[in-house]
Amino acid sequence: MRLSLVRIAGTIAVLAIVFAAHTRIHAQFGWSAPPPESAASIPTTQLLQPEELNRLLQAQGANKPLVLQVGSHMLFAQAHIAGSEYAGAGSQPEGLKQLQDRVAPLPRKAFIVLYCGCCPWSRCPNVGPAFKLLRDLGFTNVKVLYLANNLGTDWVDKGYPVERGR
Amino acid sequence: MSADARTLTTIRRQLLAGLLLGVCFAASGERAVSVAESLVGKKAPEITRKDLNGRNLNLASFRGKVVLLDFWATWCAPCQVEMPAFSQWQRQYGPQGLQVIGISMDDDPALARKLCTKLKLNYPVAMGDEKLGELYGGVLGLPLTYLIDRNGRVRAKFQGETDLKTLQKQLEVLLAEP
Repeated sequence: MRLSLVRIAGTIAVLAIVFAAHTRIHAQFGWSAPPPESAASIPTTQLLQPEELNRLLQAQGANKPLVLQVGSHMLFAQAHIAGSEYAGAGSQPEGLKQLQDRVAPLPRKAFIVLYCGCCPWSRCPNVGPAFKLLRDLGFTNVKVLYLANNLGTDWVDKGYPVERGR
Repeated sequence: MSADARTLTTIRRQLLAGLLLGVCFAASGERAVSVAESLVGKKAPEITRKDLNGRNLNLASFRGKVVLLDFWATWCAPCQVEMPAFSQWQRQYGPQGLQVIGISMDDDPALARKLCTKLKLNYPVAMGDEKLGELYGGVLGLPLTYLIDRNGRVRAKFQGETDLKTLQKQLEVLLAEP
């Protein structure tokens, strides 16, 4: 009995030390989990590289995704991925409503690719909330295009197909 | 001094300034900095529109000044890091001939106006659009900043998050030019 109590107390002490060290490291180096809706919160397994998306879009007869731009409409008007649609800015409530309306009639297994490319990836305010919305709505096959810098550098400059206009 | 000597002196100064700019670019090592863009070295495309306060904004009217042209948007976090610095530079370098101009690429002018008020910007800001974006080589990612010299020529382009010290150094080089 006494031995069990000692073991429990020891376990609690070890856990407390680990927790304190973890908190201290976070405080010292400013590490913290990404905000729940930041681009960094999107699991890496759900990311799609530009060359992969381009290959998918070029492939004959393949299961082509619905590609939705969830950033700035003005940037979309200048250039967007050929065949993609504007679906509202993910950082704005009205943008999320637009996205919700667009996907409402789709089956939950629909293959959807979201992208923005407004800013460097870690600073993008749009893809995180848009991805979260689709996940919350039950969509199971959603990928997000990883644009490290922006659409210009990571898609247009690479010569992948683009279109203009709203 | 004869006209030829004056021309020679001007050419020497411009060569020196160009060399200094080159050194700054080479030393910066920033991925965000690009000098190989099509607009660099060319005359800056004209901008004629109303600013957010309803005043005429005409890029040509700033000929003789060094212009820092900043494309930004309220949803662009790095832009909001830069803008207070640009306000500070407008105060600091304004007497030497700096003019900062902001172009908001927001879809909604109300959002841009609100942020300008919040940041107490001391330089003119106008709304952009896709036509202006295309004139400037496609504004397909923010922040995007151009430096335009006193002769109205684009001298540098900064795309993405930029080291402000690098930008400031190049600005000072341009301000030192006649």
